[in-house]
Amino acid sequence: MNKILVIAEHANGVLNSSTARAVACAAAIGGEITVAVLTTGSCDVAAQAAGLEGVVSVAELTNPGNAQALAALQAPQLLEISAGYTHVLAPNSTFGKDLMPRLAALLDRPMVTDIMAVQDARTFDRPVYAGNAITTVQVDDDGLVLATVRGASWPPVVQTQAPVTVECQTSDIDLPAHTRFVALDGEQGDRPDLQAAEKVISGGRGLGAAEHFALVEAVADKLGAAVGASRAAVDSGWVPNDLQVGQTGKIIAPDLYIAAGISGAIQHLAGIKDAGTIVAINKDPDAPIFEVADIGLVADLHEVLPALTEML
Amino acid sequence: MKVLVGVKRVVDFNTRIQVKSDGSGVQTDGVKFSMNPFDEIAVEEAIRLKEAGLATEVIAVSIGGDKNQDTLRSALAMGADSALLVKTDDEIQPLMAAKILKNLVEQQQPKLVLLGKQAIDDDANQTPQMLAGLLGWPQATFASKLEIDGDTAAVTREVDAGLETLSVDLPAVVSSDLRLNEPRYIKLPDIMKAKRKPLEVIDLADLNIAASASIATLKTSAPPQRQAGIKVESSEALVAELKARNLV
Ligand SMILES: Cc1cc2nc3c(=O)[nH]c(=O)nc-3n(C[C@H](O)[C@H](O)[C@H](O)COP(=O)(O)OP(=O)(O)OC[C@H]3O[C@@H](n4cnc5c(N)ncnc54)[C@H](O)[C@@H]3O)c2cc1C
Ligand SMILES: Nc1ncnc2c1ncn2[C@@H]1O[C@H](COP(=O)(O)O)[C@@H](O)[C@H]1O
Repeated sequence: MNKILVIAEHANGVLNSSTARAVACAAAIGGEITVAVLTTGSCDVAAQAAGLEGVVSVAELTNPGNAQALAALQAPQLLEISAGYTHVLAPNSTFGKDLMPRLAALLDRPMVTDIMAVQDARTFDRPVYAGNAITTVQVDDDGLVLATVRGASWPPVVQTQAPVTVECQTSDIDLPAHTRFVALDGEQGDRPDLQAAEKVISGGRGLGAAEHFALVEAVADKLGAAVGASRAAVDSGWVPNDLQVGQTGKIIAPDLYIAAGISGAIQHLAGIKDAGTIVAINKDPDAPIFEVADIGLVADLHEVLPALTEML
Repeated sequence: MKVLVGVKRVVDFNTRIQVKSDGSGVQTDGVKFSMNPFDEIAVEEAIRLKEAGLATEVIAVSIGGDKNQDTLRSALAMGADSALLVKTDDEIQPLMAAKILKNLVEQQQPKLVLLGKQAIDDDANQTPQMLAGLLGWPQATFASKLEIDGDTAAVTREVDAGLETLSVDLPAVVSSDLRLNEPRYIKLPDIMKAKRKPLEVIDLADLNIAASASIATLKTSAPPQRQAGIKVESSEALVAELKARNLV
């Protein structure tokens, strides 16, 4: 039987929904699912993981070095416990992408990035070339399978079951001192989280100026939507980097995605392929975004966005 | 301070990828290849460190076939001092790439290794972290700002929650994100100058690196294509359509 370890992502005492998505992938692989939660000692997050559907045990590893998720400090702790498992999974977020390859190297194992679909316990589909091709890959020896899970492909499992027991282990191995956390500069807005939101509206270079992002935000607030952006809008300094949608930004799968003033470069489209309905507002009828949009409106966003805010 | 920069030769980012109908991969015949965009940023950063008097020497390395010499010449034209090709015609996966880079690090003793955060062909996003793990060095991935101060580096990273700053001791591995810098354009005289810079070719077999476990690609398929839907004529019509579909 497969024994699958899912590494939890969490911050400020809250389990990230990316963890429940990785658990969904683990359930598709099939086997006994354990969630590893690395903390400094408070059991709150472990308790959240213990309630996730399909999880049979939670291993909480406590160490003072876990105040922040630093790959160089967490990989050695996970190395200690990985041995008994057939699979180790983590979300394909910046957290998982940073950590998993380091762990894989310590285990001298190859790794699968970004599982979209499970064919069997060792065979997976994953995107390459910014999602313009899908490869079916197989870990074809009998060693440990290490992988990250594409959030947009896996709806999170629910948190309903009676919590399973949490086993607390203090990890007393010496952790390196060569990597130190200094600061996190993140916008803690009231809007829904881009990666979890059911509706997202993004703005691109077509907005023309930082202050025009208010037009996008007004529609977002009417819809209860999260705000996203193209790389051009982020590079122009109009919005922070964590709003970028695309190959090198966030890959999202909302029910509704509205792109305003975004041309639809392949790198941007790579981030929205799994969206339910794509709406494009662009004044250029030949913009490539219209080739993938379910509903297109060729018009000036400076007129459309205020009108939408008015009517919605 | 010596800086080692990895440059991978990949299908140009502007290419429309065609999946071969027999599922054996993507069409690469007659397709333009360039330096991986993230590696261009890594090279630029290394050169800026040299221009700022912080780096003494920039060595560009690539693993792959003979054509990677072109990619290395581009790095030399940008301003790298010397180049090293580890020659192989085999597919090199991240774990193996990391082992090869580790071998070169042991030979060259750089204080900083700059790589791209991901290669835009395999989109693996693994090699820098694996290299750092194998070396036991600090890693600072997805960097958008790098400041060297003596034996430490302050690195700002683009993470899902925003911008994270780490302080790491050197030597370290840093992987570049898009906003680290804007790479310079190569001018004709630089291309001429690059021709005279040293480019060494080493056969992979001569490095005596044991083969690593690898992952087999069984097939490559085209992703499901989204189809263009309808066009509406006005904001009113858009709202009506969204309501009709129960999206608002
Ligand atoms: C390796 C790599 C990775 C990348 N990763 C990403 C990524 O993750 N995400 C991403 O988004 N990009 C990414 N890019 C960049 C991408 O190639 C494009 O450059 C970028 O997406 C363009 O942003 P844009 O659509 O906002 O701007 P443009 O392409 O300039 O488009 C602006 C659009 O606005 C329209 N417009 C202008 N004025 C108006 C108006 N008044 N009303 C309505 N429409 C208007 C124009 O017709 C145009 O179509 C990446 C590039 C590379 C090389
Ligand atoms: N064959 C290679 N030659 C040189 N550098 C490489 C090679 N493969 C990977 N790299 C480096 O590792 C980074 C990440 O690659 P990957 O892990 O494949 O996404 C690239 O941006 C390069 O800097």
